[in-house]
Amino acid sequence: MRDGAVSPSIRLTDLAKSFGSVRAVDGVSLEIADGEFFSMLGPSGSGKTTVLRMIAGFEQPTAGSIELAGQSVTDLPPFARDVNTVFQDYALFPHMSVAQNVEYGLRVKKVKKAERRARAAEALETVRLSHLADRRPTQLSGGQRQRVALARALVNRPKVLLLDEPLGALDLKLRREMQIELKQIQRDVGITFVFVTHDQEEALTLSDRIAVFNDGRIEQVATPRELYQNPKSSFVAAFVGTSNMLTGPAARAVFGREGTLSIRPEKIHLGDVPDPGASTVTGTVREVVYLGSANHYVVDVDMPWAGDAPQLVVMRQNFHDSDDQLSRRGEKVRLAWLPEHVIELPGSSESTPIEETA
Amino acid sequence: MQDVPRKRGVLHRHPRLRLGLLLSPPMLWLGVAYLTSLAVLLITAFWTTNTFTTEIERVWNLDNFRQLWNIDVYRTITIRTLWIAVLVTVVDALIAFPIAFFMAKVASRRWQRVLLIAVLMPLWASYLVKAYAWRAMFSGTGPLNWALDPIGLHLGYGLTATVITLAYLWLPYMILPMYAGLERVPDSVLEASADLGAKGGTTIRRVVLPILWPALFAGSIFTFSLTLGDYITVKIVGGTNQMIGNAVYDSALTGNNLPFAAALACVPVVIMLVYLAAVRRTGALDNL
Repeated sequence: MRDGAVSPSIRLTDLAKSFGSVRAVDGVSLEIADGEFFSMLGPSGSGKTTVLRMIAGFEQPTAGSIELAGQSVTDLPPFARDVNTVFQDYALFPHMSVAQNVEYGLRVKKVKKAERRARAAEALETVRLSHLADRRPTQLSGGQRQRVALARALVNRPKVLLLDEPLGALDLKLRREMQIELKQIQRDVGITFVFVTHDQEEALTLSDRIAVFNDGRIEQVATPRELYQNPKSSFVAAFVGTSNMLTGPAARAVFGREGTLSIRPEKIHLGDVPDPGASTVTGTVREVVYLGSANHYVVDVDMPWAGDAPQLVVMRQNFHDSDDQLSRRGEKVRLAWLPEHVIELPGSSESTPIEETA
Repeated sequence: MQDVPRKRGVLHRHPRLRLGLLLSPPMLWLGVAYLTSLAVLLITAFWTTNTFTTEIERVWNLDNFRQLWNIDVYRTITIRTLWIAVLVTVVDALIAFPIAFFMAKVASRRWQRVLLIAVLMPLWASYLVKAYAWRAMFSGTGPLNWALDPIGLHLGYGLTATVITLAYLWLPYMILPMYAGLERVPDSVLEASADLGAKGGTTIRRVVLPILWPALFAGSIFTFSLTLGDYITVKIVGGTNQMIGNAVYDSALTGNNLPFAAALACVPVVIMLVYLAAVRRTGALDNL
């Protein structure tokens, strides 16, 4: 704590990477605090994985710098950086047992055999795989391989753990379990986690903070709650969660003002009016999507003009299980929401279909 | 109504019949053409030739094998052939590894294809042409000796020339399985090794080579067995040296002693069987 200021765990400054004429990463600056669970979220090709690979040292940045705990590592090879990676395809060594895989990092660093054994056993304990130490990776299930990869990285006690879509290959149920487990492990070991994912739900569930990537740049860095409730761009609003985004005349007709405006489906009430100050519109149910715990209603909003009506997606929890409670297709409904739930977004260059038809 | 679908579904309903139809032509070929000829070879080895009439006498005996064992020349030739096969295999492995590694892990897709063609190209040219090209290389006034002359070296026809030429001829058979083996190693596995603190050399020693052993053995089966059976290269660049193949050729044609030639031909067969049995333990045969 000298100087009263602590260096961040990772500091990226104007990081850029080009592959030929393609700018995969285009000026990314970022600070990740020590012990933070930080996610990089974005669609495929948005540059998030390239940033991760530059932190690990697998790619050389075209420009910019990378600092780990205050020291520049921009030019260091991967083996000289105090970070470890959990790969998307796990990248386990097929010719080694689970225990040998976990010991590998200690072995190449010439750690004594007894200590190596003990630390590997401890790491396998952390991921609850002690009973499979003698198996080969090919004899394990996807979830087990995932845990071995985690143990193999954690055993080195790195300053930062990088995770490249580590849960992408698992089925949904297992993924949910691993998410909870991952969060728990991160809390236990207290290491900075940098987690790359394209799954916004996963990012919201796990992270302390999230950076949303688009087209090689960061759109917004914020906590999950902030990101969901106050998206700073239409890209973030659309990518994180479901948004009803309207612009131009459609926005004026529905929300009563111009601009790019958005409201989350669960903030819209179907039928009832929650508050005398609520805004209301009427519309026709076009589609009902049954989701089990909830229904999505796609509603065509009644417009003063003819032509394509703007649509709003409304989510409604299925408190009751009787079908007659549900609005049906073609039914006239009233929609209501509180004005504070309408999110104003900076105008974007992306034109929406509604703008064109109006 | 019942009959039509019954007839049409015969193959569908009898998977064994389907399998039989699929496999009978190759099995016939393998059984008749391949195994029978091998069996004839083996049987002939246990017969003898009458030295006066040069007729084959169909009397079972072990005379041929006894001669093989007792006459020094054949032992020398066998050991020499084995040595050449081992050296050719080692030289090929050492040259093939960096080429295969570059092709599989470093080169771009485009270069990969170019290199693959470059590796395969010598296989399209005639064996004899390539052997004679090397004969020209090793000749007293050839390019090799022209290059070696300033440092006071001379490389004429002989065993070294034989090893070099054979290593050149069989190199693609070593590169291809190694390339295929390396292709199957994901880049991420190499990155993981570096990520865990291993430098390049350590990664090759602890990760790449252990994974590559089966492919290396698969390649060595080619280089080894092809060398054991070769008799032309040694004639062209080997000076007066002989390999097993030459002895077989001479016994059969010059000596007109087919049974003894057959017995001699069993030597590389036995060596290969022993080698294959040893290699099988490494799991290399799963990689062929």
